[in-house]
Amino acid sequence: MDDDKAPSPSRRQLFKSLTFVPIAAFGMSGCAKESDKPAAEAGAGAAPGEYKAAFFNAAEWAFILAACDRLIPADNIGPSASQAGVPEFIDRHMQTPYASGDIWYMQGPFVEAAPQFGYQGRLGVKDILRVGIKGIDAHCQKHFSGKTFAQLEHADQETLLKAAEAGKIELENISAREFFSQLLNETRMGYFCDPKHGGNKNMSAWKMIGYPGMRADYTNWVEVRDQPYPLPPVDLAGKRG
Amino acid sequence: MAIVKPKVDAVIVGMGWTGAIMAKELTDAGLRVVALERGPDRDTQPDFAYPRVVDELEGSIHRKFLQSLSKETITARHTMKDNAVPYRQMGSFKPGTGVGGAGTHWSGCHFRALREDFNLRSNLKQRYGAKFIPEGMTIADFPVSYEDLEPHFDHFEYVCGTSGQAGVLKGVKIPGGNPFEGSRSREFPLPPNRNYLGAELFYKAAREMGYSAYPIPASNASAPYVNPYGCQMGPCNFCGFCSDYGCLNYSKASPNVSILPVLRLRKEFELRAHAQVLRVNLDTARARATGVTYLDATGRETEQPADLVVLCAFSLFNVHLMLLSGIGKPYDPVADLGTVGRNYSYQNLNRVTLFFDDTVQANGFIGIGGGGATFDDLNGNQLDSVKAGFVGGGVIWARQPGSGPIRGISTAPGVPNWGSAWKQGVKDAFRHSFYYEVQGACMSYRSNYLDLDPTYRDAFGRPLLRLTFDWNDNEIRASQFLVGKALAMCKVLNPKALSGDAKKTGEHYNITRYQSTHTCGGAIMGTDPKTSALNRYLQSWDVPNVFAPGANAFPQNNGYNPTGMVGALTYWAAKAIREQYIKSPGALVHT
Repeated sequence: MDDDKAPSPSRRQLFKSLTFVPIAAFGMSGCAKESDKPAAEAGAGAAPGEYKAAFFNAAEWAFILAACDRLIPADNIGPSASQAGVPEFIDRHMQTPYASGDIWYMQGPFVEAAPQFGYQGRLGVKDILRVGIKGIDAHCQKHFSGKTFAQLEHADQETLLKAAEAGKIELENISAREFFSQLLNETRMGYFCDPKHGGNKNMSAWKMIGYPGMRADYTNWVEVRDQPYPLPPVDLAGKRG
Repeated sequence: MAIVKPKVDAVIVGMGWTGAIMAKELTDAGLRVVALERGPDRDTQPDFAYPRVVDELEGSIHRKFLQSLSKETITARHTMKDNAVPYRQMGSFKPGTGVGGAGTHWSGCHFRALREDFNLRSNLKQRYGAKFIPEGMTIADFPVSYEDLEPHFDHFEYVCGTSGQAGVLKGVKIPGGNPFEGSRSREFPLPPNRNYLGAELFYKAAREMGYSAYPIPASNASAPYVNPYGCQMGPCNFCGFCSDYGCLNYSKASPNVSILPVLRLRKEFELRAHAQVLRVNLDTARARATGVTYLDATGRETEQPADLVVLCAFSLFNVHLMLLSGIGKPYDPVADLGTVGRNYSYQNLNRVTLFFDDTVQANGFIGIGGGGATFDDLNGNQLDSVKAGFVGGGVIWARQPGSGPIRGISTAPGVPNWGSAWKQGVKDAFRHSFYYEVQGACMSYRSNYLDLDPTYRDAFGRPLLRLTFDWNDNEIRASQFLVGKALAMCKVLNPKALSGDAKKTGEHYNITRYQSTHTCGGAIMGTDPKTSALNRYLQSWDVPNVFAPGANAFPQNNGYNPTGMVGALTYWAAKAIREQYIKSPGALVHT
């Protein structure tokens, strides 16, 4: 990711920039073109709907958009997965070395083992998702008169995800349980990651749970008992929620 | 044709805690030392600098500071009848890599073993009779005593700026400390850290239950500090990025912060990063090491001749190197013969989580790795093994190394894994729950051991280390007993909900779930070359110019985190090298 190449600003510089430049003000006065968008969007890049998938194809992307919002739906508790940019996160995350199995042992032979020994297949996360999506869509088309997962009613989508979670459906080339577990992990990561990775737009998931983000200094709050932590989150780029 | 480097006095394999201590001590003694570290060089600047270091995705998912299993891993199975499969994704334990090793991403809990942990087998025999120790349990006494190690425990704490409260000082009990600990020659270098809510409530609950709670000795500085080497530490700011992360604040002791600033200036010391040691080279009689062979940063096979070889890799990989190099005889559990690989042990970790309503500000994102509170009323000789039904005790503690949402949010029992109810569940729990843990001892058994895998190989073409390990009844009973005590104690605090994960009868070891990085044994110290790989100075019985400090030397694991003991044992071995071995190289113990 491009961000990775940028030098880390020192702590001191970061705090300095925080005191000087409130991000909303920057968005309104500095960039004329951005100013007609809501400030929230100007601060966090493209809105989820505008992101163009680079890893997933159209069918896979439709699945990701639908499945993420069943796992983390829209409600009055907090943003949905797609509102928070989770699909964008997953699409970008699938293009990192991690998703290709960079830190996994990937040599064979690949044999079946008890679940206590973990995933023993030869796919990295990106291919687990791809193969799993294809498998789920094939399963749906067979059982729902040609419809893909994304075309099903929400209730049917939920039932299918529950079945996958419990390992109650058979998919070609992948354990449904393994696929579901990676999908859920990725969805949660995208919901709660630092916005620089594409998810958690406007730190909205952090705000939902009251996480102060990357403040990383609680010297004066360790022993406070009688009031909630007062500050909103800050992200790695120094933006304040 | 391998490149051959000029010979040095000592080559050190690995630059974590044990490597840094050895390099410091051996260069103090005037030896020329080369250290070979398989990972990159690292230092607070730029590697642990804010804000980059606190990216949870990079630290806890991409595991930036941990060993990549694509290069080296182990295989695992439950019994010797099973086929082992690779540890493909990081789970149960997390070895580090790079300069600082696991000493950069540890939490900071810095215990001394109890006096009775040193003579476990003879102590149990004396208290309960020889028959009380189950068949197949291969626990043994350490060949050193608490008194032997006391000066080294003390020194290592002063190197680390450990923050705590003495419980027994020069034989006198001090209120507020651990009344059951071995006597200390002086107070901790720094006073205890302040308490977050869960730790404060731990004292309250422990008091009501009649337990003697005390501050966990933490190598997370509670105040500005300069260690005996002149290395500076700043007070911990409770940033919440301890375990998995390098410290951004010079607050958590690490080889990088506490020792390397001195070492890096020494002419007698050379550190080579990206130097992957493949094997220790032995002479034809396999009685003497001639040096090591490694891949340098460009991938060239390179030989580093040395008079002395010190294996300072992570415990598992010390054993791996000994097996690959033919140092000592591999353990055969069927015949019960051989030494290298025997007495593998682990840590019996279990958690209870307390959930409160939103008036309780638990703030789990506030974190300090080694801080918190614990007690020893169910550990060591305080445990009545007859009543409890198991040997080897454990501690119950409050610890809060800091949790961000990517590291996972525990939800109350009954909350589903996704959907709106999950959202509500994480929202309710995130700021209003905390956990206590049971850290139990783990005994060693004939059935739990390490050897070389017959099938799988690492990125360098070497056979992987194979772990054969499962929980035994003793540890499952310990888990159930100690979690039961922890749950009873939690009830004092009236949580809205409570969850506990005691091991179920017959439960098997699950390598996918993070439990503890305290993998111990495999190349243990002892008094008998037939049953131990190392003598009391951590010197190989078979190849006396090889030393192997680390948790690999523990005959079994006690209820504490091993780092304090590992550091003390390393200083103890270094003293023997400096004062005895250098003058007269050869076996330091004769049988």
